[in-house]
Amino acid sequence: MQEIRIEAPFTREKFASLRAGDNVLLTGVIYTARDAAHKRIVETIAAGNEPPFPLQDAVIYYVGPTPAKEGQAIGSAGPTTSYRMDAYAPTLLDLGETGMIGKGPRNEAVKEAIVRNGAVYFAAIGGAGALISKSIKEAEVIAYDDLGAEAVRRLVVVDMPVIVAIDSRGSDLYER
Amino acid sequence: MRELDVTKIRDAVCTMVQEVNYDLPADVLCAIKCAKGCERNERAAYILDKIEENIRIAGEEHIPLCQDTGLACVFLEVGQEVMLTGGYLYDAINEGVRRGYGDGYLRKSVVEDPLRRVNTKDNTPAHIHVDIVPGDKVKVTVAPKGFGSENMSRIKMFPPSAGEQGVRDFILETVRLAGGNPCPPIVLGVGIGGTFDSVALLAKKALMLPLDHKNEDPFYAKMEEEMLAAINELGIGPQGFGGDTTALGINILTAPTHIAGLPVAVNVNCHVSRHKEVIL
Repeated sequence: MQEIRIEAPFTREKFASLRAGDNVLLTGVIYTARDAAHKRIVETIAAGNEPPFPLQDAVIYYVGPTPAKEGQAIGSAGPTTSYRMDAYAPTLLDLGETGMIGKGPRNEAVKEAIVRNGAVYFAAIGGAGALISKSIKEAEVIAYDDLGAEAVRRLVVVDMPVIVAIDSRGSDLYER
Repeated sequence: MRELDVTKIRDAVCTMVQEVNYDLPADVLCAIKCAKGCERNERAAYILDKIEENIRIAGEEHIPLCQDTGLACVFLEVGQEVMLTGGYLYDAINEGVRRGYGDGYLRKSVVEDPLRRVNTKDNTPAHIHVDIVPGDKVKVTVAPKGFGSENMSRIKMFPPSAGEQGVRDFILETVRLAGGNPCPPIVLGVGIGGTFDSVALLAKKALMLPLDHKNEDPFYAKMEEEMLAAINELGIGPQGFGGDTTALGINILTAPTHIAGLPVAVNVNCHVSRHKEVIL
């Protein structure tokens, strides 16, 4: 199947032509956050403070990797199930986040926020953490170190394989 | 009375939690290859290809198959002629988990309290279940369980009038509701009968049976076969993006139950269906 390469910055303009079902290879900086980190980020914003990374054009990967061995950038790093982030995602999308990477369907509120902001929801292959780790070249914890696997990391990815699950027009691959 | 030092159980747990996170059981790998051969959907075949590549990389480079290296479920069948020595059994198992998850660079995914949620940082405590059986051997099974799929599992206390059809509908409904969330292709363990607590345990034990296992009772063997076909006709497909491959296998375990009840539990597992056992 054909693959579309996209390099950072991950602007809504670059994502606009993507359609649900497209295979995409992402290259550039993305950030990790899952359950506990999302809760903290949204609470931080609500309290009037800065989030741990700039949300403008940010792509957030829902992942809690295994620890890296000597010589590895990261351990196994596949996506976690996305619906648990549905409560927080619209807030981040409205503040400039353009892409989310996870797995599984999203609720209507997230879909509406995707369309409202011209964002994209990508699915990575769940349970393929070893394969996906090969496309992650650098990983650095930048916030919430106390959360362990759930800490926020800055990742440098090269040709990270993802599938467009919900495109900027709201077309949803899970509903076909 | 045969004596068995619990440090042997500790070491077996330590080794197995690592191995099972790098190498998928042969029956699961075989089922994935077989599914790929029959898959007619192009995207589904592409995903199954990637899943196979993941299994190859994990095995060759000892990178965990999935980043959710699981809550360590440890099942023991202890022969009643065995005397366990050298310390408390549960401490030994937890020490095995602690060492295995540390030495193997596996993810620590356990929180101390379900509501206050502070990580225990060593993946303990394990979920331990012990059965006393005849004989003088100890069988240790480790099955790290990921929670993306665990969260999609369901239990229902049916009235007996629901019957076989009620059970079949509940299994299908569980798979339909789970959709793309539990990383299909999935594996299902079904428990029928017993009590509220035991039916869930039956379902979990069913997940540890080989995928090519057939129920010894032809009635349930037929049900397993027909349910697998019905599930794959749902068209959910690998990762929920459509296709012929929604489930790789289903096993059913049953137990006698009360005249007033028909408990059913469906435990959902992903394609990284990990279990490994040793007899000591």
